[in-house]
Amino acid sequence: MNANPPINDAILQVEHLSMKFGGLVAIGDLSFRAKRGEITALIGPNGAGKTTVFNCITGFYKPSEGMITLNRSDGSSFLLERLPNHEIPARAKVARTFQNIRLFSGMTLLENLLVAQHNKLMKASGYTVLGLFGFSSYRKVSAESVDLAKHWLEKANLVDRADDPAGDLPYGAQRRLEIARAMCTGPELLCLDEPAAGLNPKESLALNELLMDIKNNSGTSILLIEHDMSVVMQISDHVVVLEYGRKISDGDPKTVRTDPRVIAAYLGVDDEEVETVLTEVGDEEVIEQLDTGPDSAHGPGNSASMLAGPVSDTVGHSNGGERVTVEKGAGKADRSGPRAPDERQSTDKSGGRK
Amino acid sequence: MAAIVTPESDTVAAPMQRALREAFYAAVIALGLFVLFIGLKTDQNIKNELILVQRWGLLAAVVIITAVGRFLYVGFGQPAIERAKARKAAAPAAVAEPGFVSRNFNKIGITALVLYPVAIVALVGLQGSLKWVDNFGIQILIYVMLAWGLNIVVGLAGLLDLGYVAFYAVGAYAYALLGTHYGLSFWILLPAAGAMAAMWGVLLGFPVLRLRGDYLAIVTLAFGEIIRLVIINWREVTNGSAGISGIPKVTFFGLMSFNVSDPNYIGKVLHIATSSAYYKIFLYYLILALALFTAFVTIRLRRLPVGRAWEALREDEIACRSLGINTTTTKLTAFATGAMFGGFAGSFFAARQGFVSPESFVFLESAIILAIVVLGGMGSLGGIAVAAVVMIGGTEILRELDFLKAVFGPDFTPELYRMLLFGMAMVIVMLWKPRGFVGSREPTAFLKERRAVSSSFTKEGHG
Ligand SMILES: Nc1ncnc2c1ncn2[C@@H]1O[C@H](COP(=O)(O)OP(=O)(O)O)[C@@H](O)[C@H]1O
Ligand SMILES: [Mg+2]
Repeated sequence: MNANPPINDAILQVEHLSMKFGGLVAIGDLSFRAKRGEITALIGPNGAGKTTVFNCITGFYKPSEGMITLNRSDGSSFLLERLPNHEIPARAKVARTFQNIRLFSGMTLLENLLVAQHNKLMKASGYTVLGLFGFSSYRKVSAESVDLAKHWLEKANLVDRADDPAGDLPYGAQRRLEIARAMCTGPELLCLDEPAAGLNPKESLALNELLMDIKNNSGTSILLIEHDMSVVMQISDHVVVLEYGRKISDGDPKTVRTDPRVIAAYLGVDDEEVETVLTEVGDEEVIEQLDTGPDSAHGPGNSASMLAGPVSDTVGHSNGGERVTVEKGAGKADRSGPRAPDERQSTDKSGGRK
Repeated sequence: MAAIVTPESDTVAAPMQRALREAFYAAVIALGLFVLFIGLKTDQNIKNELILVQRWGLLAAVVIITAVGRFLYVGFGQPAIERAKARKAAAPAAVAEPGFVSRNFNKIGITALVLYPVAIVALVGLQGSLKWVDNFGIQILIYVMLAWGLNIVVGLAGLLDLGYVAFYAVGAYAYALLGTHYGLSFWILLPAAGAMAAMWGVLLGFPVLRLRGDYLAIVTLAFGEIIRLVIINWREVTNGSAGISGIPKVTFFGLMSFNVSDPNYIGKVLHIATSSAYYKIFLYYLILALALFTAFVTIRLRRLPVGRAWEALREDEIACRSLGINTTTTKLTAFATGAMFGGFAGSFFAARQGFVSPESFVFLESAIILAIVVLGGMGSLGGIAVAAVVMIGGTEILRELDFLKAVFGPDFTPELYRMLLFGMAMVIVMLWKPRGFVGSREPTAFLKERRAVSSSFTKEGHG
């Protein structure tokens, strides 16, 4: 098993991945690796192609080019771009959640988690035949599956609501339930698409705890898309930054957050993030770099340069603990509510188009 | 300026005034509409001339009925509805503890169904029971069974199938052909017919289940028509539109027969008087057993992983795939299982009628079965049974309403208004209960307590 340690070290290898929609290059020649047992974060501005990468990994899209290799801990490897959609969770043990939550809203929490154990239960029920006659072997596995579901409900802090419909849960709880459901498939790699989007600070904290718990206790590696920089910086071991479908930075959180290209990308595209990033960074070196103006090759030049002035003001004030918003982005920065609605559309489209 | 009327006092103090005004408008509109429709009628007299018959009395009656109806609705109906709504809003938390009847609905229903023929025979005698057991009991139960079968496809898996009657036809012709040509017994052909229908379900499913929503509905509709047209045109085998007659009767597991000429005729074996009612009562219990078998299997399947996967498929197909569920085979099993029960019902139908022809398998049948499923509340067995009783029983009972002839004249045939009433009933039920009689869903597993899931959370499926 250890004959080739570098390969087994990485649970997921993405090599020269490209995805084109008509003329649009959503992902261009992307290569990265996710290490086993780590949390790898995939970040980037809206429309950078993060969800598209997930859809390629989990088989919802067939990539135009490239190779996605998944190495399971038992030594077997799978080329994910060749597996049919539903076999990726079943055989390669990759589970995912969706940017716009996709629960079975009319089914109870427990049922949601039982559906996730479909393949195991199906086999135990002798493809329905044995189960129909109530064989005891099936009943045993069925009871075990309820126990597993209960285990994850407890981890997600939802066990009190086990018999309520999933659609009745508050947003943060739905996110946790979706993660619990994905974990019930027994994955080796868990792909989470913006799990913290639209959560309030308390829910966000509960989410972080759940993710750390998964990382430390279940042996599942995590690939995470996240907009919330605090989540990324706190919990991830490795960060890959995308912009316009290309990788612009790759490394541990510290190197990435001081990478001028990353800052430029965030400044250039989404002024809402400026404040967050800079508060996170609070780094003299970066501020100097910003003063010289971001690289105009990345992102619309004009909005970036317009922001360059006020931005450094913001840093100065927020270091003093006071929150002063950037003038131009004031309206947007005030909008602290869920970011989900405008993004929901984009994934509804990408999810339903298969 | 004391004459200022606040909006509240306007609506509270003057409902009668408003009702009168509305009634007047309604009368005017009705008069305008009906003066040519009802007031004047063209007819032919004895010399074959076209004449105008004037019916002012009838016109006046219609206009007055309209005005009075509108007056009552605006004056009393609307305020009552408002008050009921206000009362409901005031006390939202008080959920009534389900009464004895609703708690034991299933047991009471099954007991009533088992005792029904006995009660009928006791009430109207053997000969009189024929109509009640056959036209009502058996007829309704066939539709209950068909609707329960379709419920697996539409209600659980969320696949809109407009051609369900095709599987019914396959089952009926399977029994009719194999029974008449090879003389095989019903008890062998019943499973064979089910298997054959299931096979057709899979054959149809393979190409079709990639489609979703409207497209799936249209293609299944087309499939239903194709089967019917094949039956009509494949004369050498199916005898075309003339149909197949002389289909053997069901025997009592080979022990007793229901043919008077046979040596083991039931009357001779049990030493009772000859009557055709025995066969009908036997058929009644047979279809009751088949329907209950359908219900039993459905309930069982729902609690197994397949059944749960069907419902998950209805809720969100993409999430299903992300959990490793093979959606194609899951849809196929739903299709095949539903088709199988359609096949069972079909072979029973052939045995009961003794005659099958393509006319029994028109699109209208599919539509009626689907309507029953939707009216009953998709996924709910109890609701569907009630819907079948109301819809099929209601249309059958129209034949019995002879007194209507006294009201509307001797050439009034209430059966002709069957579809009109069917449609009206559907509209009313859908307005009153948009999710059908039973909108809530029973969860298939629970940790602490089983609580019904309100229909506002369940989805209908997209394909
Ligand atoms: N199914 C699709 N068809 C066409 N374009 C798509 C599709 N899915 C995604 N895209 C495009 O690919 C780009 C990347 O989208 P996405 O991966 O959703 O970005 P992110 O998740 O990083 O916000 C966007 O420009 C989007 O419009
Ligand atoms: Mg996205």
